[in-house]
Amino acid sequence: MAKHIQTIVKANLSATVKTGGCGKCQTSCQSACKTSCTVGNQVCVK
Amino acid sequence: MELLNFERYRLKKNVHSYLQGDLFIAHDVNSGSLHLLDERTFNVLKAIEDLQEVEEKVTSAGINQILRQTRKLALTEEELAEIIEEMEELRQEGTLFSEEAEGITPNYPEKPIVKAICLHVAHDCNLRCEYCFAGTGAFGGSRTLMDLETGKKGIDFVLESSGHRNHCEVDFFGGEPLLNFGVVKALVEYGKKAGSAKNKTIKFTLTTNGVLLNEEIQNYLEEEEISVVLSLDGRPEVHDRMRPYANGRGSYAKITPLIKQFTTKRPESSPYALGTYYYVRGTYTHYNLDFDRDVIHMADLGIKQISVEPVVAGPEDAYAFQEGDIDKIREAYDRLGEELLKRRAQDRNFNFFHFNVALDQGPCLLKRLSGCGAGHEYVAISPEGDLYPCHQFVGQEAYKLGSLYNENPLQLKPEVVKDFRSANVYAKSTCRECWARFACSGGCHAANVASTQKLTEVYTLGCELQKKRLEVALYIKIKESLQNNDRLADVSSPVPEIRC
Ligand code: SF4
Ligand code: SF4
Repeated sequence: MAKHIQTIVKANLSATVKTGGCGKCQTSCQSACKTSCTVGNQVCVK
Repeated sequence: MELLNFERYRLKKNVHSYLQGDLFIAHDVNSGSLHLLDERTFNVLKAIEDLQEVEEKVTSAGINQILRQTRKLALTEEELAEIIEEMEELRQEGTLFSEEAEGITPNYPEKPIVKAICLHVAHDCNLRCEYCFAGTGAFGGSRTLMDLETGKKGIDFVLESSGHRNHCEVDFFGGEPLLNFGVVKALVEYGKKAGSAKNKTIKFTLTTNGVLLNEEIQNYLEEEEISVVLSLDGRPEVHDRMRPYANGRGSYAKITPLIKQFTTKRPESSPYALGTYYYVRGTYTHYNLDFDRDVIHMADLGIKQISVEPVVAGPEDAYAFQEGDIDKIREAYDRLGEELLKRRAQDRNFNFFHFNVALDQGPCLLKRLSGCGAGHEYVAISPEGDLYPCHQFVGQEAYKLGSLYNENPLQLKPEVVKDFRSANVYAKSTCRECWARFACSGGCHAANVASTQKLTEVYTLGCELQKKRLEVALYIKIKESLQNNDRLADVSSPVPEIRC
């Protein structure tokens, strides 16, 4: 049992290089703001 | 003793460790994983970071020396070995000290695939907002409305230039698009028919200041399932100072009831802007560095999906941020994070757009590298049918991409397309070294150009704010996980594959 580090989210972003790039997700600036790139605030829709 | 091999691995850019509230947090940038640390482990990570600045090898003696120098408690060999062992396990699992995927650059087809357009259906506005990047609606030109023919050509353009992509996006923008509501309606009808003839779906959005959002228009937006972004800055005095009518009177009293009424029609609106959604968005400036109060004000009005953003302004503007504002802005994000957690615990939930981060369901790496797509996946169209890289570049001649009235409207100016395509995260030296690179994607081109005149140099104040928002967003994520143990990642489960 880990004593010092507690993992909250396990992700594997690098793996999406193989699966990603479908382009179905919304253009980031269209969604809520029109003044900043908000890719990090989006979700994958596939 | 040499510990963990850190040669050629720059900890600072690959693992962001920080203290937020009462939590010591480590964000593994390349995998997108998130860890909660105890204070000793945090100190060790920071010591490794410092050690790397001066030495190549990371040894326990070196770590302890730094801990002593920084007046942190030194660790026994056993304690340090225990911490390192846990780190090593996570490294092997790929969730800590993970490597950056190599040689990934977005690979585009020669001909741009434009799947999203911003239709400037009205270069006119019924408000005179101080900070308007559209020059109070006219974008530096005369006040004009887009005619139906140009709008239809715009829709034909996106249906054609989106190639094999069958999801297109059309945003009605302005100025104030509801000043040209007749054309908006006709274009929605036209777009739906033209789209289905090509087996494509168009997702419509409309960005409005709310002044004309009467019952009839509200019902129309509902029936047609059009997503809506509504502008409200927050408290009455804050809103009215920046968003007056031409006669100087504030617009808060008129629009707030209309916005409230509209948002109640969409109780299930997605915080991630999926499906048919609404967002109420505001801008904060030097005048309201306590903008957390404005967000809370909107939440108190019953608005659930809120986005409030820093103004982008020139140094000559009185409302532009000044030296010394940054600390106050950071504090406002801190307070906002705490308030949001408090309200969620009391079942008074609201969402703040920039605090949404779906680490394990977020966009794929390619999307994160290429960013907003302005200038090649996304273009803005002026009322005259001129094409620009995005709504913020409209009217800037140097960036013009073409025109719907050119012989071949699909032919976009290659130099401009190339410049925007290549301005990805890896093209910017500051971004390559930045821990926020995959969430931020290298920032907003328009803000970067406004501040540095270059697409590949960043707007540094914007970076500070981006990083702060992300820190608070990750903190919220951990706090919520802790509050709900069921949602804690099971330490023994395999690393999930992200589908994209
Ligand atoms: S724009 Fe700034 S915050 Fe964003 S990735 Fe680049 S350096 Fe980091
Ligand atoms: S350049 Fe900036 S304003 Fe334009 S689409 Fe990209 S993020 Fe949005």
